[in-house]
Amino acid sequence: MNLSQTILGVTFENPTVLASGIWGITAASWRRVAENGAGGVTTKSLWIREHRGHQNPTVISTEHWTLNAVGLPDAGPEKAREEIGEYMKDKPVPLIANIVAGAVDDFVAIAEEIVKLSPDFLEVNISCPNVDDEFGKPFACSAPDAARVTKEVKAVSKSIPVFIKLSPNALSIADVAVACAEAGADGFTAINTVGPGMAIDLRSRMPILANKVGGLSGPAIKPISVRCIADVYKATEGKLPIIGTGGVYTGEDALELMLAGASLIGIGTAIGDRGQDVFRKVCEEMNAWCEKEGIKNIAEMVGGMHKELASRS
Amino acid sequence: MSSIPLQTRLPRTCRISAIKQETEHVRTLTFEISLGARPGQFAMLWIPGVDEKPFSIAYDDGKHCKVTFFTIGALSQALAEKKVGDLVGVRGPFGTFYEWEKGQKLALLAGGYGAAPMYFVAKEAEKDRATLDVIVGARSKEHLLYLKELQSLSNTTLHIATDDGSQGFKGYNVQVLQSLIEEGKSFDQVFACGPEMMLKAVSDLTARHKIPSQLSLERYMKCGYGLCGNCVVDPLGIRLCVEGPVVKNETCRKITEFGKYHRDSVGRKHEF
Repeated sequence: MNLSQTILGVTFENPTVLASGIWGITAASWRRVAENGAGGVTTKSLWIREHRGHQNPTVISTEHWTLNAVGLPDAGPEKAREEIGEYMKDKPVPLIANIVAGAVDDFVAIAEEIVKLSPDFLEVNISCPNVDDEFGKPFACSAPDAARVTKEVKAVSKSIPVFIKLSPNALSIADVAVACAEAGADGFTAINTVGPGMAIDLRSRMPILANKVGGLSGPAIKPISVRCIADVYKATEGKLPIIGTGGVYTGEDALELMLAGASLIGIGTAIGDRGQDVFRKVCEEMNAWCEKEGIKNIAEMVGGMHKELASRS
Repeated sequence: MSSIPLQTRLPRTCRISAIKQETEHVRTLTFEISLGARPGQFAMLWIPGVDEKPFSIAYDDGKHCKVTFFTIGALSQALAEKKVGDLVGVRGPFGTFYEWEKGQKLALLAGGYGAAPMYFVAKEAEKDRATLDVIVGARSKEHLLYLKELQSLSNTTLHIATDDGSQGFKGYNVQVLQSLIEEGKSFDQVFACGPEMMLKAVSDLTARHKIPSQLSLERYMKCGYGLCGNCVVDPLGIRLCVEGPVVKNETCRKITEFGKYHRDSVGRKHEF
């Protein structure tokens, strides 16, 4: 059973990648994730200058969902240079550098800095739902805004493929994806967290998150990620690769996202429930399912639902 | 699917049932709930509208849990102003704990408010008929904690060290441990909780004498259950909220930043 995927010339030994925002703040942590079976790793969001993030509580969960408003803390490009530089010395698995900004000019500035470090892909976070107070509605909620960021980042990204991280909270994720594709996007990450949502402590009558609201992730959002991936795949006719992210806990979850159109599978929240070796577990489960079903190559799963629907129409 | 109880990950407020002023800047709060915590684990304490931070658990008897804290920042200042009956958000327990076997000879080193979790260890290890040498260290005698509680335990020999010599041995608790070892006293394990430079000295001493040790390392933590990644250490990349805070010395020896630097809330390095 071949789990490897070659996407825009970059080979991933298996389709699982660490999702942005979880765990990956240092070279050592990316290596640790690779040791635990991930096919690729994504950095936390990198800013052009230090960004503090929100006060605690920042991450809360039940068995059904997680709400987070960590608020994208980062020390700025100097730390990115040090940690990515350290990781690149032996790069056990491909690195996806996630960048974020509150304004188009800053997206360009951080993209220029990070491109110098030669990550395998650039992932552009235009969809974080827990920094609205600071920056207003995410760019990913408007097709023209999302396209503008895509065009400007593409202008400085040289040969590094640019993935736009989309929001499930857009009125039409398909329209945003098409606009970004026309602006030159090489691929998409779908989806960022949902909502935002809120949880209230009964006795104190206060919202639990210091930011009051946070992005929703975990098992509850998988049906939304499946639908969004399917929408993006269909709208872009399966021509651009999708890193499917949202609610993946098991190998069967991963395969479902692939049928919707994902080529790679982001895993984040599941680390808290299934442990750091969730990547290895998900791969073993994918492998077991495919062997039982006689699937020889994982790549044939990508977009499988669309092909099945087309064959029946 | 999750093996982690709900209370661990979703903070809910509960009431303070007792408050004890330990020293000028140190208090112990007792909460009306148990977290089922083991010695060495930590809890997150939250005051709505202020902040939420990790605190080592000073005691948990299955009915109540206690936290002993030093007033140092905005949250601990706000905690110090709370009264019996006031609400504080509590979630936990998080992380690893000290582990021993029945009847072992243990040396416990406590620096500053590390005395609280070390008392928790001693109290539980007493039930396992362990023989204990507890060495409590502080800057000076007014900062010494949990002496009466430790004295009340059987199988426990209490040693005291103060930097200024105002009570007990003048110097560090690690020097007292070194003397005990050099006098020929044998220990199955050494446990330590306190400032990192003290832990580094315990690590070096116990490695030199080939005594297994377990040390409680502190790093900046946000989520407490392995998602945010703020508490990772170089070069292992392990998260100290999950694979710590109590870390076996053979692992500590592989942490190159141990005793050298730590990271702040945005991941930037700071030297000790």
